[in-house]
Amino acid sequence: MSETPITHEHIIKSYDAELARLLDEITRMGQLAGEQLAMAAAAVEERNSDLAARVVEGDNAIDALEHDVSHDVLRLLALRQPIARDLRDVLAALRIAADIERIGDYAANVAKRAIALNQNAPMRPAASLPHLAQVAGGMLRDVLDAYRRSDAVAAHEVWKRDVQLDTLYTAMFRELLTYMMEDPRNITPCTHLLFMAKNIERIGDHATNIAENVYFLVHARPLVEERRKGDHTSTLVD
Amino acid sequence: MTNLNLAVAASLNVNAAAAGQATAAAKITARNLNFYYDGFHALKNIHMDIPEKRVTAIIGPSGCGKSTLLRIFNRIYSIYPKLEARGEVMLDGENVLDPHYPLNRLRSKVGMVFQKPVPFPMSIYDNIAYGIKHYEKLSRADMDIRVEQALRQAAIWDEAKDKLKGSALGLSGGQQQRLCIARAIALRPEVILFDEPTSALDPIATGKIEQLVEELKKDFTIAIVTHNMQQAARCSDFTAFMYLGELIEFGETETMFTRPSKQQTEDYITGRFG
Repeated sequence: MSETPITHEHIIKSYDAELARLLDEITRMGQLAGEQLAMAAAAVEERNSDLAARVVEGDNAIDALEHDVSHDVLRLLALRQPIARDLRDVLAALRIAADIERIGDYAANVAKRAIALNQNAPMRPAASLPHLAQVAGGMLRDVLDAYRRSDAVAAHEVWKRDVQLDTLYTAMFRELLTYMMEDPRNITPCTHLLFMAKNIERIGDHATNIAENVYFLVHARPLVEERRKGDHTSTLVD
Repeated sequence: MTNLNLAVAASLNVNAAAAGQATAAAKITARNLNFYYDGFHALKNIHMDIPEKRVTAIIGPSGCGKSTLLRIFNRIYSIYPKLEARGEVMLDGENVLDPHYPLNRLRSKVGMVFQKPVPFPMSIYDNIAYGIKHYEKLSRADMDIRVEQALRQAAIWDEAKDKLKGSALGLSGGQQQRLCIARAIALRPEVILFDEPTSALDPIATGKIEQLVEELKKDFTIAIVTHNMQQAARCSDFTAFMYLGELIEFGETETMFTRPSKQQTEDYITGRFG
């Protein structure tokens, strides 16, 4: 398998146009999901429930784009019968769209809990959440950039970064646990924060899924490497 | 191109070894095969194995030499003047290009089916019996059995059994093609060469021929030249991609259509071609 990007165009020009459209739709979806996540984090930071409500509402646009991608993939499979790299392109689009759709759901979940969180007094650990979102958002942005450029090396780099996000998540988990043990009145807001942190940690997992898809797209073989897990929360509580 | 040639030769050795180990032994082996049309160098140093009782598809753009290669396997080219093949084409260990290799034996071992079905202008029965009579003296009863066997094996018996004495020209295109396959089978060859066998047929008739190819590989070694990439993907075990008289890549069909190792192959099968 050659690793140079494909420069040759299809003899049938509309085929290229359809594949390019798919790439654009995914890029647009990814941008929206990134914006949603950033806005959800801002809603937490600023305790802005109106902004959070807008994020919850905004998830529909991502769902609609996923629907468009599924439709276009179905059409391409039926009418073009893609093979080799083209087939991987189409399959990757379908899978990446599903990952981004989940990322959008997680961002909306964070926003929903931000509204609930704002009913209580401000909590100090909430300040760590935007940083977590920033790291996850950075992974999403970079993996989509790698996808756009068919850059398996860059995708692999993003894939390796998930361990940082897991480590941050574990640290936040410990912190929240301490607060809850300190004062039972903290349990409700901390539980919200725990779920929000978990949602963001999951966004990182979906970004690594996208990275694996980019790798497969380019190399026609799966990315096989033991990933170090930085999430040790399962061993923190018995 | 010379670098490419070396690379192809190197990769072929690997592929051939892998193919030989994983599946069947080679029935036909082409080595250093070159072909000239009145001085034009049409095939360049082809090294290729056709595995026994497997379907090998040969694909490539028009003029790449795929039909020429097929026609060398049973020396059908030799009916035209000014054509010359150099190198070796081994069939069961004997070089069929050797002028001493009896053409009659070669043609009985290697049958061929062409793009357009051309039944003889005689009855369905005689279409099959005609070739057999050329090689064997059979009693009427034995001949009946042989004709029926061939028609059954070519999946045309049910449609033809009630009109064996009727003209073969009354059959549909798809039926005529299966009759031509029966005619080839009747001689009990070991290899059947198909040169674009479905390009003149509708999708249903094409499907029937492809199904037939699938069944025939139990008994025969099959090489099929096709312009239809999906057909190669559907019904072959191995695929050879040729371009400008060279064998660019040879491998298992699944690999060739999912992750070919040469950019040229990928460009061709995905409809880019540069």
